[in-house]
Amino acid sequence: MKKSEQSDPFATARVETGLGFMDDQNDPVTMVLGLKDVRKCAHNWKTYQSGAKPGRIVIPSEVNIRETRQIPFEVDPPEHKTYRDLIEPWFKRPLEADYQEQLTAIIEGVFNDVLQQPETEVVSQLALVLQSRALTLLLNTPMSDSETWINWGTHVFRSDTTALDGDKAAILYDYIEAQIERAEQSPGNDLYSLLLQSKVMGKPMTKEQIKGVMILTFAGGRDTVINMVTNTIGYFAEHPEDLHRLRDEPSIINKSVEELIRYFSPLTQMGRVATEDASICEHAVKADTRISLCWASANRDERVFENPNDVVLDRKLNPHVAFGFGTHNCLGATHARQILQTLLSVMINKLDSIAIVDSKDNIETLGEFKRKVGFDHLTVQFKQR
Amino acid sequence: MAKITFVTQDEQSITVEATSGSIMELAVDNNIPGIDGDCGGVCSCATCHVHVAAQDMAKTGTASEIESDMLELDDNVNEYSRLCCQIDISDDIDGITLKVVG
Repeated sequence: MKKSEQSDPFATARVETGLGFMDDQNDPVTMVLGLKDVRKCAHNWKTYQSGAKPGRIVIPSEVNIRETRQIPFEVDPPEHKTYRDLIEPWFKRPLEADYQEQLTAIIEGVFNDVLQQPETEVVSQLALVLQSRALTLLLNTPMSDSETWINWGTHVFRSDTTALDGDKAAILYDYIEAQIERAEQSPGNDLYSLLLQSKVMGKPMTKEQIKGVMILTFAGGRDTVINMVTNTIGYFAEHPEDLHRLRDEPSIINKSVEELIRYFSPLTQMGRVATEDASICEHAVKADTRISLCWASANRDERVFENPNDVVLDRKLNPHVAFGFGTHNCLGATHARQILQTLLSVMINKLDSIAIVDSKDNIETLGEFKRKVGFDHLTVQFKQR
Repeated sequence: MAKITFVTQDEQSITVEATSGSIMELAVDNNIPGIDGDCGGVCSCATCHVHVAAQDMAKTGTASEIESDMLELDDNVNEYSRLCCQIDISDDIDGITLKVVG
């Protein structure tokens, strides 16, 4: 098996019952595995709510380390739309030419640095740096801020020893509170300042609400983007012919990005809490219990995708749910897509080939399932063009 | 060359023309409001939903199964619904009118 290959641990359960089961801190989860079922449940926000106790829809649950409600992520319609409409234009800025130029400069800069080295540990020396610097663009804050975030390590909630680290989470929360104070004292053109000037339903946003938006922005796009960048580099290390193909056919870069996102699905699943007794795939779901929308499984659904376990760079019909589906689809998707499109463009310009020296998989254990989401470390040698 | 008319949500009528690509790409290139095409045209985001004028349905054809499954969960779906990233531009669809659903 190739190092970049990502298996589909859900296949049997998806075909046999359509469901999986896992415990998580004594708050069990019924995992919805088929694409159509995932989409139906995501669409039905009344029965499967996001606006539960803060942290509960996240798996592993963050109820013990977080009280702040992430916004708009943990708010349901109709309030959800008010917040979403307010911040959506900001999160669409990656479509602007100026943003794209700056992002290209950031990613080229990261590659220029690592190409000076004989070997590169991709997670810490490339993906984390790239993600952090790109985030300064999304927040419109000074590039120097990224140095602080890089020092936090690869995950804002996890440490090497525990899946949920309250102390580590507190670093992020304290940092965000300090930044909100900073923006209040001296407003600028950053996201904090925009939110401080914003009104929702006729009232200025509270600091707690602003904190909720900012935590979401930091947490949602951190290990997802890091895993996606690392997996992409691992993939092209083992498929040099595909790197050459993209160079010859740059018009398929967009389709390739969608396909790599489908295949690697950096966010395995997201939870919901049932507001009433319901049923999925003939299985009873009791009120106030959790289900999960397993994006990673849905994206390998053999009833929808031909050759679901192959990366088909120019896959034309690719109705994946890697960015979620429906009301709560990923707010950061425009930024993420732009990062990946730029990454591929920079790679085909700068790299001849990539050789994997050493790697260790990052594996999630989800009840009966074990799923690789990326790498704990991936050491490579880049060969420049 | 095909001329395509978009009717936006505020009833503005915009006619543009092209020879190739998809209707979603044509709309995005011409900044037609309400058509975002977030996924770039792979039938994954449903941000290019249009209603084809009844008399033009024969030209565009109906949605494929995968496309229909996406549309099924859209609040504004009807028998004329299409995701316009899945409609290729050619002379065959010259003169059609599409209402942007948004």
